[in-house]
Amino acid sequence: MKNMERDAKFRLDRFLLTNLVPLIFIGLSMVAIPISQFSGSYLVQEMLIRLARNAFLVLSLLIPIIAGMGLNFGMVLGAMAGQIGLILITDWKIIGLPGMVLAALIATPIAMALGWMCGVILNRAKGREMVTSYILGFFINGLYQLIVLYGFGKVIPIRSADLVLSRGFGVRNAINLLGIRNCLDNLIPVSLQGIRIPLGTFLVIGVFCLFIVWFRRTKLGQDMRAVGQDMDVARAAGIPVERTRVVSIVISTVLAAYGQIIFLQNIGTMNTYNSHEQAGMFAIAALLVGGASVARATLPNVFLGVILFHLMFVVSPMAGKYLIGEAQLGEYFRVFVSYGIIAVSLVLYEWRRARDRAYARRSLRGGEA
Amino acid sequence: MAESLKSVIIGDRGILTPSHPSYTEVKGMTMEPLLRIEGVGKAYFGNRVLKDVSFSLARGEILGLVGENGAGKSTLMNILFGMPVIRETGGFEGKIYLDGEEIAFSNPFEALDAGIGMVHQEFSLIPGFSAAENIVLNRESMRNNLLVEVFGDRLRTLDRGDIFLRGRSAIEKLGVSIDADMLVSEMPVGHKQFTEIAREIEKAGTKLLVLDEPTAVLTESEAAILLESMRRLAAEGISIIFISHRLQEVIDACDRFIVLRDGEVVKESGTEQADVREIATAMVGRKMGVEEAREEEGRAFGEAVLTAEQLWVDMPGETVRDVSFSVRRGEIFGIGGLAGQGKLGIANGIMGLFPAGGTVLFEGKPITLDDPRSALRAGIAFVSEDRRGVGLLLEEPIKLNIAFTALQMQDRFLKKSLGGFLTWRDEAAIDELAREYIESLAIKCVDADQRAQELSGGNQQKICLAKAFAVRPKLLFVSEPTRGIDVGAKKLVLDTIRRHNREYGTTIIMTSSELEELRSICDRVAVIQEGRVAGILPPTADRAEFGMLFLGASKVSEKEVAS
Repeated sequence: MKNMERDAKFRLDRFLLTNLVPLIFIGLSMVAIPISQFSGSYLVQEMLIRLARNAFLVLSLLIPIIAGMGLNFGMVLGAMAGQIGLILITDWKIIGLPGMVLAALIATPIAMALGWMCGVILNRAKGREMVTSYILGFFINGLYQLIVLYGFGKVIPIRSADLVLSRGFGVRNAINLLGIRNCLDNLIPVSLQGIRIPLGTFLVIGVFCLFIVWFRRTKLGQDMRAVGQDMDVARAAGIPVERTRVVSIVISTVLAAYGQIIFLQNIGTMNTYNSHEQAGMFAIAALLVGGASVARATLPNVFLGVILFHLMFVVSPMAGKYLIGEAQLGEYFRVFVSYGIIAVSLVLYEWRRARDRAYARRSLRGGEA
Repeated sequence: MAESLKSVIIGDRGILTPSHPSYTEVKGMTMEPLLRIEGVGKAYFGNRVLKDVSFSLARGEILGLVGENGAGKSTLMNILFGMPVIRETGGFEGKIYLDGEEIAFSNPFEALDAGIGMVHQEFSLIPGFSAAENIVLNRESMRNNLLVEVFGDRLRTLDRGDIFLRGRSAIEKLGVSIDADMLVSEMPVGHKQFTEIAREIEKAGTKLLVLDEPTAVLTESEAAILLESMRRLAAEGISIIFISHRLQEVIDACDRFIVLRDGEVVKESGTEQADVREIATAMVGRKMGVEEAREEEGRAFGEAVLTAEQLWVDMPGETVRDVSFSVRRGEIFGIGGLAGQGKLGIANGIMGLFPAGGTVLFEGKPITLDDPRSALRAGIAFVSEDRRGVGLLLEEPIKLNIAFTALQMQDRFLKKSLGGFLTWRDEAAIDELAREYIESLAIKCVDADQRAQELSGGNQQKICLAKAFAVRPKLLFVSEPTRGIDVGAKKLVLDTIRRHNREYGTTIIMTSSELEELRSICDRVAVIQEGRVAGILPPTADRAEFGMLFLGASKVSEKEVAS
């Protein structure tokens, strides 16, 4: 009897702990939405746009989590590859969907090379993948800046005067992506009661979701799950652990490159030296807000996370303005929340693991069990 | 011929076994044994762990392999499986034949391909996978699809239906009922063990199965089912090497058994006439080189100074489940048992180094478990079995090592200045202390400033003891004091412990894997088996008596020393 009560309490605590972050966000949104005075249809429109913008990037995080490598902060590498593709097609003035596809084709080999390098390095830092990939992001950012600031215009020819800095080489800070702006979102124009639905992008995202569902059922997906749960057992069974881990990072990096291209076609302008940095942080924060953890993330986590996270972004500036007459607060809140949520999720995850271990020990208590 | 004999044996668990001629001889004459090991030996860096081991194993035969920890069982299995460690340390002597062909695997995968399966002590299962998924791990049934042509074989899709069926039929072969869809993380321990065995037999062409203490984690009824499964497998022609410390099981389940001691086969016989006591005696035996002379003196002890009630300790690999004992003032109390049974966990738990629970009273006052300071403040010191990890500050000089605990916990060897605002180490007092112990324990070193890591194992152990003595403990835990040090130094270390007990009246609780060592200096010896006290014996008790407790063959009620 006592045991059953303990078990029930443990399960309830566990549910609350697992879902603490989404619950906090739902609570905050419920308070902030009425204060912000936004109309329902406006919010729905915003959420649809942002879902199209962000979901692909967030989805690219799933595969390394399956392989037990945690949150892939190294997705920034893929984002950089995507941006290099976008700079080139903008210079070549290839517009519309062909432009996007070409950008993706250019980005693919770059992302594969970067992902392979990242995977090999992470294999040497087992158990510390997240911090290693985070720092790796800074390192590759240096290389990216070198290429973009000096390489473009000097080594790689850039013709368009709109792109090059006035000194003759290096790419300008802001790039107008007018040529491909919304070209995927508006590919199939659909409108429902005045709300535009970016169906083209949703289709791509849908295909990606199907890919992930299918991927989990492949031999490679099964191997990744095995490696993610216990590397030593997987190795003893003859699964090539290191190679599997590298493949998971390569896939994630390539998908992140595509995700960044979709993200930027939705925004329509590219911040050459900053866009990729934010991509990683916000995608990871969104996934965690959706209730994912370092070791477990599902498709519903992705969509719930993107909606809750962006709802907060849209609502908080206005709520801030009406509450204390300061819209800046929302902007501040946005950054504060994304870093804060990552920190809280990581701490909660470790805490929960410690609790689970303590719970597993209950059978050792000679007197009680 | 062999098959029919076999079924007789299986049917009646040895009762109707023909006592002669031994049926293995019959088999030997009629067919080549599945496995033949001839004169196998192995030495690691001049340290001989296996000498001239020879035995053979017929098809469908179950062979029990028993021996103490360190008797050479693991080395023998490492050789059989071609573990890289064997080749890296210079290979092995002798020959191994499987199916009449000489084998020398260069890695375990070759052994698996040749049809040798191994079930380890610790589970190697993926927790988030179902039983069936684990059973076919990396041998999944798959279907082709278009993408395979582009990206290769790893993008084949899994055939979940077939995986389930294969898993289920492997489980059925064992004769147990486990849901093939159940996740391993939700299984009771026994089911995990069966899942592992099912994985080995699901592999095509498994001829020989090595089970390394498969029953250690099982309840009695689960163990009985497992033994039944083993006999079913043997009836299908799979040979089994069964490693176990539970002798009754060896007798019940095996056709024959061999006993390894100090790397040699000391006993080999059929199980039909075997007797637990006899095997236990053969196993424990007499160790070479340890003097056994005990000074018999009228030893009188005070009241109980430390009492543990229902102590549990979550120390990985040395789990203590439910231990109660009490130690009297001035006594040397020994804790023995085989490795992994939990004897090391007791001291570590009371000292707060691993999560623990239960009640521990020291001089009538409770010790707060999970807090090392509580035990240290109460006047308990600990010489850890992990000398280089927990015991010593390897980079620091000898003198600081000796003074360290006293300095940290008792604020000794410190001097204050500026009205107590600043505290300094009292180097002169520390030097004096170090000189004193270097002399009294005969620590061989250049001087007290030498770094601890430069000393030999025996001298490092003496520094650990000096460090513990320096806090003038009322009670001292010493774990594995002679592990990894040479024979001469062993005696010196034991003498040091004994002398400290006699001179200062310090109560000592010594944990050791070496039975002879415990018997030579302890006043009472508790034997820990499967995380519980199997019994407490006087050191003068018969060696076989200890052997029985080590193996959990009998639950002897506590026998106190008559005094």
